[in-house]
Amino acid sequence: MEAQYIYIGLAAAFGLFMAWGIGANDVANAMATSVGSKALTIKQAILVAAIFEFAGAVLAGGAVTSTIRKGIVDTDLLSGSPELLVYGMLAALLAAATWLLIASRNGWPVSTTHSIVGAIVGFAAVGIGIDAVQWGKVGTIVMSWVISPVTAGFIAYLIYRSVQKLILSQDDPLARAKRYVPVYMFLAAFTITLVTILKGLKHVGLEISLRDSYILATVIAFGIALLGAVVINRIQPDPKAEKSQHFYTVERVFGVLMVITACGMAFAHGSNDVANAIGPLAAVIGVATTGSIAAKSSLPIWVLMLGGAGIVIGLATFGRHVIATVGKKITQLTPSRGFAAELAAATTIVIASGTGIPISTTHTLVGAVLGVGMARGIEAIDLRVVARILVSWVVTIPAGAILAILFFFVFKAVLP
Amino acid sequence: MANMLANIFGSSPVRPLERHMDIVYRCAKKLRPFMNAVIRRDLKRMTEVRSQIEALEHEADNLKKEIRINMPKSLFMPVPREDLLELLLVQDKIANRTKDVSGVIFGRKMKIPKQIAPQFMEFVDRNIDAAKQARKSVRELDELFTAGFKGAEVALVTDMIEELDRIETHTDEQQTVLRSALFEIEKTLDPIDAMFLYEVIELTGEIADMAERVGRRLELLLS
Repeated sequence: MEAQYIYIGLAAAFGLFMAWGIGANDVANAMATSVGSKALTIKQAILVAAIFEFAGAVLAGGAVTSTIRKGIVDTDLLSGSPELLVYGMLAALLAAATWLLIASRNGWPVSTTHSIVGAIVGFAAVGIGIDAVQWGKVGTIVMSWVISPVTAGFIAYLIYRSVQKLILSQDDPLARAKRYVPVYMFLAAFTITLVTILKGLKHVGLEISLRDSYILATVIAFGIALLGAVVINRIQPDPKAEKSQHFYTVERVFGVLMVITACGMAFAHGSNDVANAIGPLAAVIGVATTGSIAAKSSLPIWVLMLGGAGIVIGLATFGRHVIATVGKKITQLTPSRGFAAELAAATTIVIASGTGIPISTTHTLVGAVLGVGMARGIEAIDLRVVARILVSWVVTIPAGAILAILFFFVFKAVLP
Repeated sequence: MANMLANIFGSSPVRPLERHMDIVYRCAKKLRPFMNAVIRRDLKRMTEVRSQIEALEHEADNLKKEIRINMPKSLFMPVPREDLLELLLVQDKIANRTKDVSGVIFGRKMKIPKQIAPQFMEFVDRNIDAAKQARKSVRELDELFTAGFKGAEVALVTDMIEELDRIETHTDEQQTVLRSALFEIEKTLDPIDAMFLYEVIELTGEIADMAERVGRRLELLLS
């Protein structure tokens, strides 16, 4: 009986560590543009990120968590020896964390999602048997890793082209921006709220009818757009920093919009990435408390909250530094460009979260930035780094898998 | 961790290009106090301004090298990398010509004949105007990138380049007048001095020529 506490304790510790790492490193991507462009101070950014990461994790993190928990490994094969799933999930967590640590030491760009999925597939295929992996589902996930950055890039391209056409290339971009930015706000808030209500909330036990979902999303989005419009109308051009096209002030208008898309991005990030930390934990808890593999057992909400809390702690301890560093490096992502990238990425991620597909939020955002670049929006993109990301994309999966296999056999030998 | 998002951004050449043009203009502008000193035969002031011109030209040169280093082939940009490098090169030539003019005058301790001095100063001024207009146009680079090289901003820059062309044409006319004025008095001058005066007029006129080529390069970016 004591063994179950060891399992849960270990899984919770590893899971918290992963969540901490996600909060310390990855959240910066969502908030850095807002800080870099001075739309938010770093304190405000951390506060906003903490709220929306947590909300995303708890409200919309359920579907992806259950995929990580029981969608990759065919748990039916394990009903005779449930402890194997416990060892495996512990091994996967430790493998992913180790790989992330090695990668960050060497400065390799690595995705948390790819590490954990690679690790789970690894321990299941080698430790249990090739048939223990639900290859169909894994195939879908891997496909989505290609599709999600491409989709985000395409959406970002369209959004930014519309911004250029409607606002930036016009005679009076400032007046145009004040008119159209609230529309983008509405769209951003509407999409993210709607997907969350439709796909996420049922994991929290809330059921809202389709019609009510649309009405609720519309009302919320309208409220946000209205609030945004009020703030925007108070922005006055600064004659000192200005040239004839008022782009400086136009960017300040977009800065207000970017606060909203950054919230959306933090929410989306929380909803997808929390699973990387707590999906395996949830699996361990499921087995340890019931003593068997109960595929039907529901996900305790406190697990999601633990993951959300871990992310917030990571954000509070190291996130500040990372946000500041990243913010300084991405000044090319001005609010008019940054919002397009964030909105495209957040929409793609939230849809993936709702469908229960673990994707790399950072890759999706990078794809979105490239999309803005295709619309002649970014001054200089370093293609060498894009190539390096592609390489790490491929390398991470076997690396996570090999480490997980090692740890799996160690745990199998050592743990009771 | 190596942050993916932060690292995909190469260093943008846009602001540095604008900064480079600022330095180049500050250099070209020094030709006015320099020529004034030459006409007044104020050797001390000449030496002083000459070294300022050299320092600015040097600064522009260093920035040019830095910008080139930060523009590797792997950069993906909205406009061809070659066009930006060409722009940088012609910008830099404005400072080079300024240095050449002051160098020839200073090195040979040249004097500007009183008869053509006022016309000469006007000519210098107009060449500096051309450099100034080139700077004004280059300063729109970041707005051009923001606007995606489309629409109202493009029209704005096109107008600026047209003005630049007008200034350059004016310097050409001045140059012809100045040369014939020099021709009228050349018999009264030392032959070698006269030859070098023609040379200085030619070099000075190239400042506006280079400024105009800055405009041509910008125009290429717009098309």
